[in-house]
Amino acid sequence: MTAPSEQKSPAPVEEVTLTIDGVEVSVPKGTLVIRAAERVGIEIPRFCDHPLLKPAGACRQCLVEVSAPDREGNVRPMPKPQTSCTLEATPGMQVSTQNTSPVAEKAQRGQIEFLLVNHPLDCPVCDKGGECPLQNQALDHGSNTSRFTGVKRTFPKPIKISSQIMLDRDRCILCQRCTRFQDEIAGDPFIDLQGRGGGTPGYEVHGLHAQQIGRFDEAILDYVGGETVTDDDSVGPMGEPALVSATAGNAGTVGPAAVDASGRPFASYFSGNTIQICPVGALTSASYRFRSRPFDLVSSPAIAEHDACGAAIRVDHRRGVVLRRLAGDDPAVNEEWITDKDRFAFPWQSAPDVLTSPLVRDEETGELVPTSWSEAVHLAAQLLTGATGGVGALPGGRLTVEDAYAWSKFARVVLGTNDIDFRARAHSAEESDFLAHRVAGASMDVTYGDLERSPQVLLVGLEPEEEAGTIFLRLRKGVLAGRVKVATIAPMATRGSTKMRAEVLPVVPGGETEVLTALAAGDSEHTQYAALAEALRGEGAVILAGERLGMVPGGYTALLKLVEATGARLAWVPRRAGDRGAVEVGLLPGLLPGGRPTAEAQARVDVAAVWGVDELPATPGRDHTEILAAAADGTLGALLVGGIDLEDLPDPALAERALAGVGSVVQLEVRRSAVTEHADVVLPVVPPTGKSGTFLNWESRPRPFETVLEGPGMSDAKVLDMVAEAAGTDLGTRTVTDTYAELAEFPGWDGPRHEAPAVEAAPTPELGAGRAVLATWRLMLDAGRGQDGEPHLAGTAHRPVAMLSAATATGIGLQAGGNVVLSTDTGRLELPAVLAAMPDGVVWVPQHSVGSSVYRSLGVGAGAVVALAPADSEVQS
Amino acid sequence: MADKRGRKAGSSSSPAPAKKSSQEVGAKGDFDVDGDLDKNAIEEFFAPVAGFGVTMASLFSPVVTEQYPFEKKPTAPRYHGRHQLNRYADGLEKCIGCELCAWACPADAIYVEAGNNTPEAQYSPGERYGKVYQINYLRCIFCGLCIEACPTRALTMTNEYELAGQTRAEMIFEKDELLAPLRSGMLAAPHPMVEGTNDDDYYRNEVDGPTPTQVDWVRERRPEDPTLDAAEAAARTRAEQGGER
Ligand code: SF4
Ligand code: SF4
Ligand code: SF4
Ligand code: FES
Repeated sequence: MTAPSEQKSPAPVEEVTLTIDGVEVSVPKGTLVIRAAERVGIEIPRFCDHPLLKPAGACRQCLVEVSAPDREGNVRPMPKPQTSCTLEATPGMQVSTQNTSPVAEKAQRGQIEFLLVNHPLDCPVCDKGGECPLQNQALDHGSNTSRFTGVKRTFPKPIKISSQIMLDRDRCILCQRCTRFQDEIAGDPFIDLQGRGGGTPGYEVHGLHAQQIGRFDEAILDYVGGETVTDDDSVGPMGEPALVSATAGNAGTVGPAAVDASGRPFASYFSGNTIQICPVGALTSASYRFRSRPFDLVSSPAIAEHDACGAAIRVDHRRGVVLRRLAGDDPAVNEEWITDKDRFAFPWQSAPDVLTSPLVRDEETGELVPTSWSEAVHLAAQLLTGATGGVGALPGGRLTVEDAYAWSKFARVVLGTNDIDFRARAHSAEESDFLAHRVAGASMDVTYGDLERSPQVLLVGLEPEEEAGTIFLRLRKGVLAGRVKVATIAPMATRGSTKMRAEVLPVVPGGETEVLTALAAGDSEHTQYAALAEALRGEGAVILAGERLGMVPGGYTALLKLVEATGARLAWVPRRAGDRGAVEVGLLPGLLPGGRPTAEAQARVDVAAVWGVDELPATPGRDHTEILAAAADGTLGALLVGGIDLEDLPDPALAERALAGVGSVVQLEVRRSAVTEHADVVLPVVPPTGKSGTFLNWESRPRPFETVLEGPGMSDAKVLDMVAEAAGTDLGTRTVTDTYAELAEFPGWDGPRHEAPAVEAAPTPELGAGRAVLATWRLMLDAGRGQDGEPHLAGTAHRPVAMLSAATATGIGLQAGGNVVLSTDTGRLELPAVLAAMPDGVVWVPQHSVGSSVYRSLGVGAGAVVALAPADSEVQS
Repeated sequence: MADKRGRKAGSSSSPAPAKKSSQEVGAKGDFDVDGDLDKNAIEEFFAPVAGFGVTMASLFSPVVTEQYPFEKKPTAPRYHGRHQLNRYADGLEKCIGCELCAWACPADAIYVEAGNNTPEAQYSPGERYGKVYQINYLRCIFCGLCIEACPTRALTMTNEYELAGQTRAEMIFEKDELLAPLRSGMLAAPHPMVEGTNDDDYYRNEVDGPTPTQVDWVRERRPEDPTLDAAEAAARTRAEQGGER
């Protein structure tokens, strides 16, 4: 489970030897002098240099004196100091830094003075104060006083360049780290360098704008016709309202590359990284604005809980309140970048509806009332063990491995059932078979490193920019370096696939099976896929299958055939942080921990031995929807429900019926939810900040983390242990250490694995007039409960639209700019229509954005046929 | 002298001189330690009441007892007493919530949370103001380092030294207790800055009182504000004087 795959050792690189401050150092050819100096522990001051960005030489702070051998081999000094961040080391080079060269020292001191000429030095009101590279380096390498006596150049400020990101151009030192990041890494150059020259003193505004960072905005650049838009959330130095630049409320003039699908100026999903790498306080976030100073904060490393990428983060809290999150540095996983969701979506963990004490339903009033832990736990044990017809367990997909293991064991040992399924989303039996056959118990195979090097990556049922941001960044990095080619089987080219320069194999949802089969067959029949089929047979090819493939009948069956036919390596990419771990510990009806099929007697014996019980239930369990159906019709007597949101379920109405109709409901949740209304006992559990544990990311890489905020709250594992104890069983999952020790007791499983799925592709649906096949997936920023309490982040979400081809639009008589209505027997959904290059007879909508909740409104998911009509015609009829 | 030396040595931990000391004491006897054998007759006569000399002298010297708390004496002008958060002449707060005072405090007695000024709620000039401000007088050691750290001269110390309370919580002074009272003519915050000025102008003391526009702004939003009338009078006077100039 933990062994990394065999890495090919890179070809030997030529070394060059140079001296820095008299210290000899050998570095691979192509290394920059500034990096070579780091190797021997010599720190050269810098602002614009960033190891993960291309050299720019923009700030001129890293000047050093250099001599190098000429053609005859005589070492000659270069006439002027050189920027060490753009200079490649060459053999025999002699570098003198500020430590040994008065010239370099003077050059650096002068450069700091230049940078500070127009710098406001308003550190007391600057969010960067106390952790500011400019402050630090001005103290270390600058002069004590300034010779500048004139009036500094100033700009109106602050500018909101998105609802989250604020820009103070006075403080910007034009290092271009932000613009290079957005361009080179994220691929959303929504801010850029504009103007020329140093500008003029004071607040004068005129067409001769100084060089500055920003979005293109006529008003801010003082062009004719620009409309000034202000924001009443903050003010500038004169008490004037902040400016809004080319964002949601103010479109400005932007090219097509800088707008999202709805035509709105685009805010990047990765924009928060610019704040972190800005070496000054020019870029700050609205959510952290003025909230604390570095010395107030306690920083703890942690793992992001929003997706299956396992990105390393740093959580900063002040007196028990988390104030911000930053990207951690983990070269093997997320390098130094995280998504805005990982960075800003943390207030849910301390939302007002967080449960703090156990609740039980008062028999007389029917209201939930707070009670003691012992009473709640005993009542829960009583309800669960006394339920006639058995209990179904719905743990949800956000658990740590330890908590998931406790759920798995609790269901089998205490509840005596296999009715457990973590998939609080659309799912299929084919998917369970695939997971049990291929994913569970498999060791780490495809890694992030492989994504960056693989010559051909095929994506199916996965939109990395929306569903797994870290994967997107890695793939894009590989693509831009010319090493990786990406192909994606999807209904349309999205922004994400465009930025990865992906070859799109367009399909009508449900048609993925056919394409996978064609690729497996090779080039003999399907010439349009010949090149890709060939590439997938090459060395190092990787296939990433998203969890959405589970909704395509025959999808996983065809996928496994393709893998067999091509020899490409396969990784399954779920959406949630706990999904991979849940598969590993057996939160599926047919699976026990470590990939052991429940149906195998030997597997049950193994597990029963570790758990110290006589036998485990052998009857196959029900899956998520079946559990809910059985609860609704009274077959099951009780439900044990974890962190699930009904809106994520393929049939929210069924879930509501089940919860209302079932004998009793015991809930383990962080926050009050729709399930709470039906619960008889509510046992509060802590969010990830309150516990330690491990997430298993999509690579199957364990991502352990420690408790950030100590408190009285308990994890799922501990609460379940208490309930088990009240029911007379020792679960042994009271601490993470206990749980880990027990997990280590499981021997490897070399018995037979679960059978591979064998499901036929569904026939292509017949489309009558005014009907279309639904394509849908979730956007990164949507209506999920994990993003609650962060309006600044929500403002950067993409506006929901419906996408369809021009022919489909004409077919239903849709006028340009009109709204389109999708309807089924369950209900309707109206969204602005956007034309896109996609197969005819397909309509795409975001699955769960504000104003577009597909399961709730339409009652169907991807691949279903919906009726399509222009909005106004429907009103008439 | 020898005796003294001996006693001193005896009190040390070194064993050898201690032995010597006991020998000496034994030799000289244990009464005649101060050698008052050579006093004259008069001295000898008064000797039993000599100690009252000091008492008598004190009876006629000036009284230094302070009748605190009935009479309070002013402290030295630079005495480090309770802190105060000052205001600009138009009533805006000087504190910008920078937390430098909290950072400088060696006793960790200060807690600050800054806030974002908005056009509708401008408490201090510029972008930022001190939203929460607390000083814990059970921790404060009155060193004055916070005062030196304050970049806006918002924080100064008064001579007020009567700091006592019944509970720990009472000894944590909140912003409203620390803020300087509004002098007559000042306009209570929040209100907009003086038109056409920026935070630097305030810092350079170029704002000498509220303007009619500020007064109108407050009258529109908080007609009951008790500072309005005096501020309006002050604003009008200054406007007239400005007009004459
Ligand atoms: S960017 Fe740094 S130096 Fe500039 S005002 Fe902010 S803290 Fe001070
Ligand atoms: S905003 Fe920050 S990162 Fe961007 S150029 Fe200016 S100083 Fe550099
Ligand atoms: S009192 Fe002064 S040092 Fe303290 S936060 Fe306010 S402005 Fe900053
Ligand atoms: S770090 Fe070298 S020029 Fe900026």
